[in-house]
Amino acid sequence: MTAAVLFENVSRHFGAVRAVDAVDLAVAEGEFFAMLGPSGSGKTTCLRLMAGFEQPTAGHIEIFGETAEGVPPYRRSVNTVFQDYALFPHLSILDNVAYGLMVKGVAREERRKAAEDALAMVKLPGYGVRRPGQLSGGQRQRVALARALVNKPKVLLLDEPLGALDLKLREQMQEELKSLQKSLGITFVFVTHDQGEALSMADRIAVFNDGRIQQLGTPEEVYKQPRTRFVADFVGSSNILPPEFVAQLGAAPQFASLRPETISLGQNGSGRLVLDGTVLSRSFLGAANRVLVIVNGTRINVMSPAAASIPAEGDPVKLSFDRADLHLMEAAS
Amino acid sequence: MRSDKSTSAPFGLKIAAASGLLFLHLPLLLIFLYAFTTEEKSYQFPPPGLTLKWFAVTWERADVWQALWLSVRVASISTMIALVLGTLCAAAVSQTRFFGRETISLLVILPIALPGIITGIALRSAFSLADIPFSFWTIVLGHATFCIVVVYNNAVARFRRVSGSLMEASMDLGANGFQTFRYIILPNIGTALLAGGMLAFALSFDEVIVTTFTGGQQSTLPIWMLQELIRPRQRPVTNVVAMVVVIVTFLPILGAYYLTRDGDQIAGSGK
Repeated sequence: MTAAVLFENVSRHFGAVRAVDAVDLAVAEGEFFAMLGPSGSGKTTCLRLMAGFEQPTAGHIEIFGETAEGVPPYRRSVNTVFQDYALFPHLSILDNVAYGLMVKGVAREERRKAAEDALAMVKLPGYGVRRPGQLSGGQRQRVALARALVNKPKVLLLDEPLGALDLKLREQMQEELKSLQKSLGITFVFVTHDQGEALSMADRIAVFNDGRIQQLGTPEEVYKQPRTRFVADFVGSSNILPPEFVAQLGAAPQFASLRPETISLGQNGSGRLVLDGTVLSRSFLGAANRVLVIVNGTRINVMSPAAASIPAEGDPVKLSFDRADLHLMEAAS
Repeated sequence: MRSDKSTSAPFGLKIAAASGLLFLHLPLLLIFLYAFTTEEKSYQFPPPGLTLKWFAVTWERADVWQALWLSVRVASISTMIALVLGTLCAAAVSQTRFFGRETISLLVILPIALPGIITGIALRSAFSLADIPFSFWTIVLGHATFCIVVVYNNAVARFRRVSGSLMEASMDLGANGFQTFRYIILPNIGTALLAGGMLAFALSFDEVIVTTFTGGQQSTLPIWMLQELIRPRQRPVTNVVAMVVVIVTFLPILGAYYLTRDGDQIAGSGK
């Protein structure tokens, strides 16, 4: 099966800065694909390479099997939802949404109808006569979505689509984006620095750092089996155990990741690894308690269900966890 | 609530404002008045009598028509050149980064900062050096040097407000460069270009100094008026011409005002 988007050894350098450095990736058709990373990690440049705003310094890009290098943005069957939405301020909402059809020469009545339908799809029916300045941030975001989707792109690119929205709205839009993608069956590629967003929405995640992909996998893989220390640290929070410590547990002397919620306080269950430590501090988070325990000079965070009893600060405590939850990582950071 | 009752200005300020406005506009009214006077050699006040005959006399004078036609052609073509070059230059300076960008920006603005007489002398010697005969086109070139500045200044300010992502969005939605210019850039900078173009036209229309140096035998309207004032023959004709110039330049400004008043509505979805 041809990939929706294929990167083969793609680099984009700006002078001495390697914004994207030898990236390989293949986005499958119909997939919800997330590019996750801190700012400056190359994820947005990758998106711009897909859209055609940037050309690769080296490497090869294909979109549905067709070579994309040298193809200008207006001849690609991809559309973008911009971070600042980039709605045209001098056009009405309807004309904004119909813009792509207008420049392609679709007849007035037909493009009007299509734009109305697209607005209804993003739950803004009847907003066509307004102007971008009259809408709220969330509404503008929906218009930007409708404006891109009305062109029936093969791939929809979203650049931090929810970044400017407040928390409640963001959660709502996550749901909507997800169900929209399911019902349309279009490949979505979205860029985010929010690991929670990537985990909850994406089918697969590419974790970026310093212009390279650190790990590419399903949210579960990335979370449970982080390949590098960077991934373990950036996706969720984790205890990164140094090699000497790991060696004492009877594993190979490598850095290992141990998620706080996989550890329980007290010695429960058989066949589990047990550590002796002292409670350093504890804090109540609502659904859980976070307990910081020191074991042989190594600090370990434990996420304990709120219902469980918590020892007091300074008390000795036993920690236990499944060996399978101790995930060994590659030496590279 | 101080702001409620003190909306009207103090009496002294009103007097000052009124006399300021009178000082600016009374001389204009005098020009209008002397267009109707019966005395043709000197301006005496009050005019000995009023007549409409100077309008007929002006209408019959071929030199007036020649000068007017020349001025209109020079101003239109210089403005056209300025609109194209000024917009391109503003686009380059505001949308891209390249070596020497700031220098170019300064060099473009320089001609309007230089005294007209310097520009005039410089152009004249350049034209003679290059063996270019003085003609209609040398006047146009001279005027274009400062018309570009006006258009550039207006356009560059507006370009900075049009975010780059609008152009990217347009390209992304399938518009090529020309369509992006036609549907996105032009509507957003249109009023700035209109304002810049009108100002350029007005500057060119009443330019004397550069024209003196770059013109050949032809005289544009302002130069014709200058010559007329020196020769005391049918003096009120000059006033009639001045009156027509005021009206002709005032109308487009009024039109532009109404056009730009609801500027965000121009150029909608196209056809």
